[in-house]
Amino acid sequence: MSDSSNFSTSSGLELAQAKGCRSWIWHRDGQPAHPFAATVFASLLAILFAGVLTFFLMISGSAGNWDSVWNYRAVFVQGWLLTIGLSAASLVLSLVFAAMIVLLRRASFVPARALGSLFVEVVRGSPLLVQILILFYVIAPGVGISDRILVGLIALSIFSAAYLAEMLRAGIEGVAASQLESARAIGLTGWQTYRFVIIPQALRQTLPPLAGQFASLIKDSSLLSVIGLSEFTHAALQINSATYSTIESFVPLAVGYLILTLPISFGARYLEEKFRYDS
Amino acid sequence: MILELRGVTKSFGAHRVLDDLTASISFSHVLTLLGPSGCGKSTLLRLIAGLDRPDYGEILIDGVTMPTSNQALRAWRQRVGIVFQAFNLFPHLSALENLLLPLTQVHRLPNDEALIRARKILERFQLLDHASKRPSALSGGQKQRVAIARALACNPEFLLFDEPTSALDPEMTAEVLEVILGLRTSSIPLILVTHELGFAQMVSDHIAFLSDGKINCSQPAVEFFQSPTTVDATRFLSRLLKFEKTSAAADH
Repeated sequence: MSDSSNFSTSSGLELAQAKGCRSWIWHRDGQPAHPFAATVFASLLAILFAGVLTFFLMISGSAGNWDSVWNYRAVFVQGWLLTIGLSAASLVLSLVFAAMIVLLRRASFVPARALGSLFVEVVRGSPLLVQILILFYVIAPGVGISDRILVGLIALSIFSAAYLAEMLRAGIEGVAASQLESARAIGLTGWQTYRFVIIPQALRQTLPPLAGQFASLIKDSSLLSVIGLSEFTHAALQINSATYSTIESFVPLAVGYLILTLPISFGARYLEEKFRYDS
Repeated sequence: MILELRGVTKSFGAHRVLDDLTASISFSHVLTLLGPSGCGKSTLLRLIAGLDRPDYGEILIDGVTMPTSNQALRAWRQRVGIVFQAFNLFPHLSALENLLLPLTQVHRLPNDEALIRARKILERFQLLDHASKRPSALSGGQKQRVAIARALACNPEFLLFDEPTSALDPEMTAEVLEVILGLRTSSIPLILVTHELGFAQMVSDHIAFLSDGKINCSQPAVEFFQSPTTVDATRFLSRLLKFEKTSAAADH
């Protein structure tokens, strides 16, 4: 019990520090830092986080059991790689789903629009964990899919697509009417208007939130551990139950996620600055 | 150029903006549409540009009837240049790319040829130094000159200006009006909607005065500014000219 309360206080402290540092590195002369510098900075931050956290937990009386966990390093790395692969694949797949939803929601056929809206509302209105459980235990057996990775990929992609669809839609609708008129005036066709005017401008609007969504996907994929998919969190849980060492299993877990998500959120900020212009 | 209107009517909702316009206007270089705000002059310009369709009636340019099908209207727009009040440049493209897009994608020019033509026009408007800048890095006057260059690069049969200086401060207005004045000597006819009365007097060959959705008065520019034939036009001119005089008097 004392371990867990210690854990939460120090992580709250770290978060506050991280926030302060973020604004410090980003607002030098109002210019965004270089992405490489940001990545190095983020990694240092994650390692510092791990160091401080471990220190606090060590002095709170828990002895180190790093040797036995070290024996399982391959499990960690495999889980970490699966998490990266799963999140990346799911980003691509959810973009495809999201594009389809946007088409539905922008269709002139009213039932198509309703279907698109219904999908977005249902998915955004229910917890991802519940969606994973229903997909894995109810729908997947029904259609005869038993592959955990495939079910996990689909669950994550459907969930993410609902959010991405809203981002894409906002990006497209954010293109000013005067731009469409200008495209018409110079004689572009409908397809050319999408290709040369709408998509490039919408993409610039969507890229920063898209990067943020990728970070969310990485974090959300940890929920797939409940269906026994051997991703990063599942690996840590397994190592924990095999070695009875909580800190040594879960601190690397947190660090492993931060190493992925911090550079992405810095990158998202960088993109946001880079693509800022008045229309 | 001869602009012929036959019963042109256009409504937005219950509001009839253009009410059965019928006129035949012949001019050599510059036709200016004047009139109070909301008189329908911008709407008429958009119809001529092929951006909108009249509800009834037809428009003829040099005896050729404007098409009504989407396909043919797009072809029409490719042969007409239009410059908007708010510039409407593409913000994600540089000045040069703004010129290149219609040249390569609409007019199917080979890349090198399009580049030569675009650079030549930018040079003519002293914009070559700004060729690689995005619109957000340009001043209002520069943006509007790029917009004019973009319209001109496609060798349009005629050019339309929809209040091209309304969004500009006086200095930049002068900069853009000078460019338009310079175009007078080219062979491309211009149709202009403007609130710059002094400029209209200087540049126009013919004035069409619109009021309440009708062409109230259509006269050669010199005659219009000396003795307009209708009461409405006389009142419009005297009100604006009186204001111009008082503001000039206040300056001295």
